[in-house]
Amino acid sequence: MTLQGTCRQIGEIAIIDFSGKITLGEGSSLLRKTVRGLVDGGQKKILISLYDVDYIDSSGIGELVSAFTTVKAAGGELKLLHLTKRVHDILQITRLFTVFDVQSDEDTALRAFK
Amino acid sequence: MSAHTQRIEVTLETLLESVDLAESISMRIAEAAGFSEEEMHKIGMAVREGVINAYNYGNQQDRRKKILMTIELEPEHMIVRVKDQGKGFELHEVPNPLAEENLLRTSGRGLFLMRAFMDHFDVHTAPGGGAELVMVKKLPEKVSSNGSPQPE
Repeated sequence: MTLQGTCRQIGEIAIIDFSGKITLGEGSSLLRKTVRGLVDGGQKKILISLYDVDYIDSSGIGELVSAFTTVKAAGGELKLLHLTKRVHDILQITRLFTVFDVQSDEDTALRAFK
Repeated sequence: MSAHTQRIEVTLETLLESVDLAESISMRIAEAAGFSEEEMHKIGMAVREGVINAYNYGNQQDRRKKILMTIELEPEHMIVRVKDQGKGFELHEVPNPLAEENLLRTSGRGLFLMRAFMDHFDVHTAPGGGAELVMVKKLPEKVSSNGSPQPE
């Protein structure tokens, strides 16, 4: 399934709900464009929900890392929300759990932003 | 090659679409070999990463080059080989993606995932140059109706 993303805003925080696969090609590209578009528009706090993303490859992982560093370089914060088991397992074996702030509840995630 | 070995060979174009195609073929063969859905997913993902490696780094997205994938089903193992027409590389020269200084790199995790999802992984220099990735997965034990492993 092709990746789709919808953005919503709660206060200062932009939430992107993704569904589909984050893989080499369109999926990775959409993730990159969406996050960069928000950062270019001055958004500093971004929450990426991966509730409906059950597949990610090394290219998708690279885009998540790129999104993290892009937001951080702009002085902002990026957090991940609602990981599926497969995405959770991939982030765990690649040690990226030590990099990302991963949340399982939206209200808690929103409060976790500084 | 043993009389019990089944073998399929696919020549793939150096195209993004070949990544999905190779993954799909390998998952169908894994399913026919009796792997669980989770193991099929791991095999498919390892093959996907192998073909991404050949497409991006081996063949450098050069459409004149080909990617050769072979899958063998031996009595106890599924063996996948992905061969490109690039310059080849040495596995020990690839940076460790788990090292602290590499965690924020945006690439370099494909080989690690292949190793993590398969039982054995190695890289050879293919005859005539290029890299040949070799991935091996032990076939699931055949289970009898009473739940105990069946002798071969």
